[in-house]
Amino acid sequence: MKYLGLIYAGLFRKKLRTFLTLASLIAAFSLLGLLQAVNSLFSGAADFLGASRLITQASTSFTQPLPMRMLPQIEAVPGVAAVNHSQFFGGQYQDGRGFFPQFAVNPQRLRDTYPEWVMDNESWLRFISTNDGTIVGRNLAEQYGWKVGDIVPLNSFIWTQAGGSRTWEWRVVGIFDGINEDWSQRANLMYLNYAQFDEARSGGKGLAGIFVVRISDPDESELIASVIDARFENSSDETKTQKESEFQLAFVRQLGDIGLIVNLITGAVFFSILFLTGVAMSQAVRERIPELAVLKCLGFTDRQVMGLVLAEAFALCLVGALLGMAVASVATGILPPEFPVRTDLRVWVIAGLSVVVLTLAVGLPPALAARRLKIVDALAGRGEPSAFERALRRLLGGRGEEARA
Amino acid sequence: MSRLTQIREITLMNLRSIPERLAPSLVIVVGIAGVVGVLVALLSMSAGLGQTLGNTGEPDQVVISRGGSQGELSSFLAVASMTLVKQDPAIARGPDGLPLASGELIVITEVPRPGQDTGANVSLRGIEPVGLALRPKFRLLQGRMFRPGVQEIIVGVGASRQFSGLEVGRELRFRGGRWTIVGHFESGGAYDSELWTDRETAQGAFGRPGVSSILARIKDPSLLPTMEARLKADPQLDVDVRGQDAFFAGQSGGLTATIGVLAGIVAAIMGIGATFGALNTMYSAVSARTQEIGTLRALGFGAAPVVASVMAEALLLSLLGGALGAALAYFAFNGYAVSTLGSGFTQVAFEFAVTPQLVMSGLFIALGIGFVGGLAPALRAARLPVTAALRG
Repeated sequence: MKYLGLIYAGLFRKKLRTFLTLASLIAAFSLLGLLQAVNSLFSGAADFLGASRLITQASTSFTQPLPMRMLPQIEAVPGVAAVNHSQFFGGQYQDGRGFFPQFAVNPQRLRDTYPEWVMDNESWLRFISTNDGTIVGRNLAEQYGWKVGDIVPLNSFIWTQAGGSRTWEWRVVGIFDGINEDWSQRANLMYLNYAQFDEARSGGKGLAGIFVVRISDPDESELIASVIDARFENSSDETKTQKESEFQLAFVRQLGDIGLIVNLITGAVFFSILFLTGVAMSQAVRERIPELAVLKCLGFTDRQVMGLVLAEAFALCLVGALLGMAVASVATGILPPEFPVRTDLRVWVIAGLSVVVLTLAVGLPPALAARRLKIVDALAGRGEPSAFERALRRLLGGRGEEARA
Repeated sequence: MSRLTQIREITLMNLRSIPERLAPSLVIVVGIAGVVGVLVALLSMSAGLGQTLGNTGEPDQVVISRGGSQGELSSFLAVASMTLVKQDPAIARGPDGLPLASGELIVITEVPRPGQDTGANVSLRGIEPVGLALRPKFRLLQGRMFRPGVQEIIVGVGASRQFSGLEVGRELRFRGGRWTIVGHFESGGAYDSELWTDRETAQGAFGRPGVSSILARIKDPSLLPTMEARLKADPQLDVDVRGQDAFFAGQSGGLTATIGVLAGIVAAIMGIGATFGALNTMYSAVSARTQEIGTLRALGFGAAPVVASVMAEALLLSLLGGALGAALAYFAFNGYAVSTLGSGFTQVAFEFAVTPQLVMSGLFIALGIGFVGGLAPALRAARLPVTAALRG
């Protein structure tokens, strides 16, 4: 602790340089925070879903609807607690700019398969008994100002009514919340009563879509999935059953290898910043060679001097990282709830590791140089150029030496 | 000495001394190379996607889909509608007197990506025999054409590269049936990401009596508006009519905009970081040369040549960095084949395209950063009082 003053003095010896280096570090770490937050979204987004639900889809593609007759067969599989069916509706509200998903489901079965959606009993009963009923997530209802009793017209780009109209009117009968914060954040979707949907659609009657299967024991998910798939093997409706989280992940993976792109950018940023900070640090140390020699004269050991230089690098990187991550956290915090990008623990861990790597990479070479420093040479101003510099000079055919001479 | 000679001499002298300050000078080069490299790489992605989708259509062909559908996937047309549309007088007729129009069925299938067990959505397109005549760029690269009535598939060249298990001779299983891959084809644009088969075979196997869309050649591109008006006015039909090129080019809009925003944010933040790096370098360059500058001023050199020399150094270094970044992006990514989700909810395979315009805009940004990073240090150099500067 008593060396804090020395570190402080070292850093503020050239205020401008420290400030500029720090600003670069802040920019780099805020970018790192933002990018890795996006990465978190794509890699571990569905963690909160757990493994208590499976999705059974047609093996050809989830857009290929499965027939309703499969429902009792899936229900009969041991270990299955409840089954719902779900059809993507593809509706647009107003000009269709604020997209939100809607699914046509069986209301009672929805209640059985998704205990995470919370709504009072009366609303559930209304949803079950209203043919053209819909329940709306809290966030969505607040966004559009919907309340129970409103009629919401949706223009489906997939489903037409038997009469030829593409506009479907749905009566809001309830507004649901999530059971915890994770789920509340995601309460921005709509469930439609399958009864009116199936009765009125012009084609595809009797088709269920995909099946949502809640199982009693999450540890048995693999087994139950394989039993369901085996049951429909070699039929014209072969199935593929996977955990709900995997199903969601597959959706995101369709976009391509986002993780790779993000990591490539992070790598480029990190390399640039490493170089920049490294040069600034070694410059700072080289300018102070006589001062470091004085420290050694005063009785500071080689290791202490080396520690001082390393501590300076660490302090610079740490402050830069903290401020940068703060910027990233604020930026992700003000994003609307449709973009659930957050600087979570994983991002902070990555930032922390980056600080350590950066400190060693930029601090160690000048720190070792400071340690090797011979008092006599240093005081006489006979500082030796760094290894990096020597290599560069050699590369350029010693032109630097000539210029110096 | 005239002012211009002054500027030239002092700038040359300055540039000759760069090797002396090699490491700090490299900060500008490396920092800006990072910014430009990332920006060009990201934008080359949307440029490549735009090129692929924009390259899909012929100017005298139209796509007819269900009214209000967003793409071929969500479009359904009954056979009766298809027959009716094909009789439109604007549609050209072949030598056999039949309309040059192909009713096509799109089904989404899942094909594994290499190294992953989750599948990627790939379009399976059932076409009519006349459909080949409507794709003049079509050619078989390998194998043979599928036969009608047999479950055989030909695979687009983009799809064959991006997904695994699509080699000629392999089998795919859809809805309990086995489909043999008998050939690879190339047709340009978005079609290269698809699997093709005979339409009627697909209709039977997937239990889909109708079609998704109709591709038709019209007698003259100028007939499109009248044809659209006629079909829209027909009470038996509910269709949208769009030019084939517009239909596919429109699909890249959303993604291109998203990538543009992402690239903008990343480049802006990196650019800020690099600007501070450039400032740092140029300030230390000026402070290293304080005595030199003082001497020049004492000899009678003006402030302008000093400013110009510092700016020239900053701009040259940043141009170098920009060129390096663009070159890195070009060699690392140009032609890099990827696939992503198109608006039809199926995969579009495309290649990154580092175009000359992208390189130019990259260099432009590099110069911008160099200008901002050099200006303040240059002004400081010019304002140095001669006596103080000489003392160092």
